[in-house]
Amino acid sequence: MSFVDVFKKLSRSELKLRLYSSTAADVECAMQKPSGDVDSLLALLSPAAEPFLEQMAQQAVALTRQRFGASIGMYIPLYLSNLCANECDYCGFTMSNKIKRKTLTDSEIKDEMRSIKSMGYDSILLVSGEHESKVGVPYFKQVLPLITEQFSHVAMEVQPLEEQDYRELVAEGLDAVMLYQETYNPVTYSEHHTRGKKKDFGYRLESPDRVARAGVDKIGLGVLLGLDDWRLDALLMGHHLDYMEKTYWRSRYSISLPRLRPCTGGVTPKVELTDKGLVQMICAFRLFNQQLEISLSTRETPKLRDNLFTLGVTNVSAGSSTQPGGYVEPNTELDQFEISDERSPQVVANAMLERGLNPVWKDWESGW
Amino acid sequence: MLTIADHQFESRLFTGTGKFATAQTMLDAVGASESQLVTLAVKRLDLNTGSDNILKPLIDSGVKLLPNTAGARNVKEALFAAHLSREMLGTNWIKLEIHPDPKYLMPDPIETLEAARILCEQGYVVLPYVHADPVLCRRLEEVGCAAVMPLGSPIGSNQGLASEPFLKIIIEQAKVPVIVDAGIGAPSQATHAMELGADAVLVNTAIASSRDPVTMGRCFAQAVNTGRQAYIAGLGAVSHQAHNTSPLTGFLND
Repeated sequence: MSFVDVFKKLSRSELKLRLYSSTAADVECAMQKPSGDVDSLLALLSPAAEPFLEQMAQQAVALTRQRFGASIGMYIPLYLSNLCANECDYCGFTMSNKIKRKTLTDSEIKDEMRSIKSMGYDSILLVSGEHESKVGVPYFKQVLPLITEQFSHVAMEVQPLEEQDYRELVAEGLDAVMLYQETYNPVTYSEHHTRGKKKDFGYRLESPDRVARAGVDKIGLGVLLGLDDWRLDALLMGHHLDYMEKTYWRSRYSISLPRLRPCTGGVTPKVELTDKGLVQMICAFRLFNQQLEISLSTRETPKLRDNLFTLGVTNVSAGSSTQPGGYVEPNTELDQFEISDERSPQVVANAMLERGLNPVWKDWESGW
Repeated sequence: MLTIADHQFESRLFTGTGKFATAQTMLDAVGASESQLVTLAVKRLDLNTGSDNILKPLIDSGVKLLPNTAGARNVKEALFAAHLSREMLGTNWIKLEIHPDPKYLMPDPIETLEAARILCEQGYVVLPYVHADPVLCRRLEEVGCAAVMPLGSPIGSNQGLASEPFLKIIIEQAKVPVIVDAGIGAPSQATHAMELGADAVLVNTAIASSRDPVTMGRCFAQAVNTGRQAYIAGLGAVSHQAHNTSPLTGFLND
């Protein structure tokens, strides 16, 4: 049993019909229902919820402050490699892109970590393209001890692995795995993932099950907003989250809401998610799940990010580079995508403090 | 329709057989309640005749029987009761109750989890009676229980949903039906449990100890149905503040 079995029973057409035929009364009811009700999430993500945005925001903020206080967790990505054996038309790392490829050596990783530590970070997200033979489990097992020496919380955003691989990485100090489905529409998925192992929709869909079974503490789900109908993709991610939380209840969960950004050779978003839509999505998920961590990357503009800090997000990156070796030697030629908020971590932290929020740099001790 | 294991129920009110003045009153009250699942204590079954004065009429009435292990104080005694009931009643359904505390009949979580694990392995449909403990309920789900039966308040106390905050968490998290068991003393409390999203309630004392158990059984039937319908319809909005400003999302209009 995995989420694939649950997914097969969900009717996309029925969910879509219900999403777009929800009424104001459905939304009002949903706002009163206890959290954890996927039917309520459907109403809150529907167009009918748009007039209720301010009320949803008020509730979402109250719930977030009640659960997380005024704390915002600070993290930063470390791009280990831009090698990739997949063809994905929205990503700068896609195999056929004629860009300079690089995988960090131990020595380069140490240099990057030194630079990151000087910014004050203690929580790190290791990112790589998906290249199993050159940037696979042996490489991760080699670099993790270097990383855990310096950082108390280590997350990964790499290709899906086998359960046993995750187990071995947990033993090396891995705390969290971010594994985004990109889109829950199999047809759209196959249009955008044309070559490589990532083409296998089902394998990716059941990956969070393997991550959870391996005992990873925190699991991140996400969709790339713009590939397909964001309301339906978000709803299906909600179903996935609901299944995961109920099945693997010892794990913590986060979601990420990245909007499709320009990149080398990239595609234009098929469906535009406006700022208003993004706010609706954040509020809907907070009302749906009060314990959920919601991450916000530097893809968004400084102005929008400053407003979202107070609106329910719990984890924020700042000062990010999306290229391997980019903290020591910036070189935009190797970037995965364009960054919108280029402010330094300290400037971003000050923006939080001005809004009565507390940027938290260390919040985890895996030994406990 | 409520589905537990492979069985479907139209009524979400489950009842018990204890504390009635007469067997006939019990049967009449159960009939008025429209309950389709009735629990009875294995310890009350007559081992010599394989029956007692309530068993045959109950079977004849067509309700599903849910033998319970009331009186068991540990795993061993609960397993014995379960095995006995399967042999005597020919059912693999068991309401697992283990309470070593004779004063308040508080369920023992440690013994209950272990007994549930063994009984599920042995092929029983296990419905454990437990404290309203969200973590315990998840662990009982993990070992294969077909439902969980958290208490509203101490057995027979008629105190209602004293455990409401924890019931809400259990209901939110459960993948199996949640049946609020014990403590429900009034139809309004049963309605409230159903409004919270409980899948069913089990009521015994409130009906049996009423001056008119038959009427009370009927009242509970209506109350449970009302609560369920209200839950499905969605309760109206409760607002504690005005909504005439846009301080949080005003930036979207800039």
